[in-house]
Amino acid sequence: MAAAATCSTGTRSTGSVVAAASRNSVTSFQRRGPRASGTDSGCSRLVSIAGTRPSVRNGQLLVSTGLPALDQLLGGGLAVGTVLLIEEDKYNIYSPLLFKYFLAEGIVTGHTLLVASAKEDPADILQELPAPLLDDNCKKECDEDIYNHKTESNIKMKIAWRYQLLPKMEARPVSSSRFGHYYDVSKRIPQELIEASKWHGFFLPEKISSTLNLEPCSLSHSYIKLLQFIQNIIYEEGFDGSNPQKKQKNILRIGIQNLGSPLWGDDICWTENCDSNHSLTKFLYMLRGLLRSSLSACIITVPTHLIQNKAIIARVTNLSDTVVGLESFIGSEKETNPLYKDYHGLIHIRQIPQLNNLIYDVSDVKDLAFKLKRKLFTIERLHLPPDLSDTVSRSSKQDLAESAKLLGPGCGMTARGKKHLDF
Amino acid sequence: MFPELNNLLNTTPDQTEQGKLTLLCDAKTDGSFLVHHFLSFYLKANCKVCFVALIQSFSHYNIVGQKLGVSLTTARECGQLVFLEGLKSAVDVFFRPQEEPHPLQFLREANSGNLQPLYEFVQEALKPMDSGEAAWRCPVLLVDDLSVLLSLGVGAVAVLDFIHYCRATVCREWKGNVVALVHDSGDAEDEENDILLNGLGHQSHLILRAEGLATGFCKDVHGQLRILWRRPSEPTAQRDRSLTYQYKIQDKNVSFFAKGMSPAVL
Repeated sequence: MAAAATCSTGTRSTGSVVAAASRNSVTSFQRRGPRASGTDSGCSRLVSIAGTRPSVRNGQLLVSTGLPALDQLLGGGLAVGTVLLIEEDKYNIYSPLLFKYFLAEGIVTGHTLLVASAKEDPADILQELPAPLLDDNCKKECDEDIYNHKTESNIKMKIAWRYQLLPKMEARPVSSSRFGHYYDVSKRIPQELIEASKWHGFFLPEKISSTLNLEPCSLSHSYIKLLQFIQNIIYEEGFDGSNPQKKQKNILRIGIQNLGSPLWGDDICWTENCDSNHSLTKFLYMLRGLLRSSLSACIITVPTHLIQNKAIIARVTNLSDTVVGLESFIGSEKETNPLYKDYHGLIHIRQIPQLNNLIYDVSDVKDLAFKLKRKLFTIERLHLPPDLSDTVSRSSKQDLAESAKLLGPGCGMTARGKKHLDF
Repeated sequence: MFPELNNLLNTTPDQTEQGKLTLLCDAKTDGSFLVHHFLSFYLKANCKVCFVALIQSFSHYNIVGQKLGVSLTTARECGQLVFLEGLKSAVDVFFRPQEEPHPLQFLREANSGNLQPLYEFVQEALKPMDSGEAAWRCPVLLVDDLSVLLSLGVGAVAVLDFIHYCRATVCREWKGNVVALVHDSGDAEDEENDILLNGLGHQSHLILRAEGLATGFCKDVHGQLRILWRRPSEPTAQRDRSLTYQYKIQDKNVSFFAKGMSPAVL
């Protein structure tokens, strides 16, 4: 009885300490709720959303991009309410892969998906998602294990008899509450996973057929339709906290493919001084406004190598939160470069958002390369190969020195210099 | 508010200069720490602040402000801070059109809009109270940031006009201050941005320019800050004073040191 009384006073005092801390808010572990309604009571519920975890640096809620290596480079994951911009590689071979990883992660963790594309039907995109690893194979093995366990439970342990007293471990991996899964690119996602998931598709040729009465605005019609579609989904399904009766909060994962390409009615890719100069940037601003006030995360792929006006690329980068650029070696002179012979391309982390914080942790590794193996998309640190030649041949050293200049000048998003120094 | 930056600028919250236009610009790096500094500085100096935050949400500034020792929620509640949250208002004005003019009305217009509704919002927010008893020291307008207005379709001349009107009202008439952040696009050849930056550079009394290091990324030195004091009203006065420091951003503070004197090197 006395123990219970002291326990209760203990909890009350810790409760008051917590209350004092939240009043002074000295602690930096602020769990960020949806930006529209950032109350403390709402924050405690958010941690229980599957597939998310709070960041250790500033308490932001993070979701996985589908690639654990990329999550690590982005500081733990993609923050909820932000935009991940993928600058497409030249022939658009690897950026759809990152796009699909993001969507597949959403299906596995049970998030709602919104897929928008002007080129492919979203249903087809979902069919081509990679299959998650470990879940299906383990399931069959676990069923067999459970059957075997039942028959062996009566066998007493003779030597390690202390372990008999421990509770039996759950052999089945708890898949959907984990953060970051691995996928097998050579296999397709099982049909039942797609059918069990909730997704909305926006296929531009279907939606644009209806004429709409809108005041003339500098946004192109397709962008307006897409914004209205996204806003409808967010509002109707309560991702912006407008429907407080919903018990289980969930994340909306938005994926927009090939934004800024001519298929979206935008002409920034073929002329330098175009009429709709501000269409894409205005769209990105409105999208940012929608995301900041809802529980959603967005991935966009933009063919920046096609945009003629460099100023627009700079503005697009400033309006996005996380920017990752892909540079593939196909068709460039780097394909035959001995430095890059093991890899398929370079990946540049151009920008990481600085949310709720003055600083952000920048990884020291600036030279990253990716490789698409048969089953996996890996991101590795790029380093010079060892010079294993017996004789010091001048020509090979010259090649390597030239390739060493191609290595990123050690610049990151904090500072980019005019020229780099060779040491 | 960073105490070291106050020392460099020779100001304290107790004695702030009045009637000044401060230009913050960043080139190849992120200069938002300067915005956080000035926001917390003017709130601590007991000034009435109108913050036009176009690029981030309220909770972002609030959380960083708490690290720097000011609470934006209390300031907003007691009327010291008027906060225009650009992202939220943009969604409102775009999807739910209202009849009365909204400060971000230009988002619904096709051609390069004018910022008059925004100016009227600022005017309304910082207007000195007629009751006679001045509760706050001086009005301050803080804009983060002006380059976003260019991305939203407003012309550079319209933005310059807006700042001119704000300066005439806030700085001249009401003896307040205006602080604005503009991104320098560098070699991205953004002509509109260059027009805006040069135009504001000629009008401002103090220019704080955060740049990246010329040698590239460094873990211990995050960038370089150039401070330039100007006297735009006196043409051929003494030469403008300029100082350069390097800085490192920490969790709750930014430390400044002379070039090459980073504690990591010494």
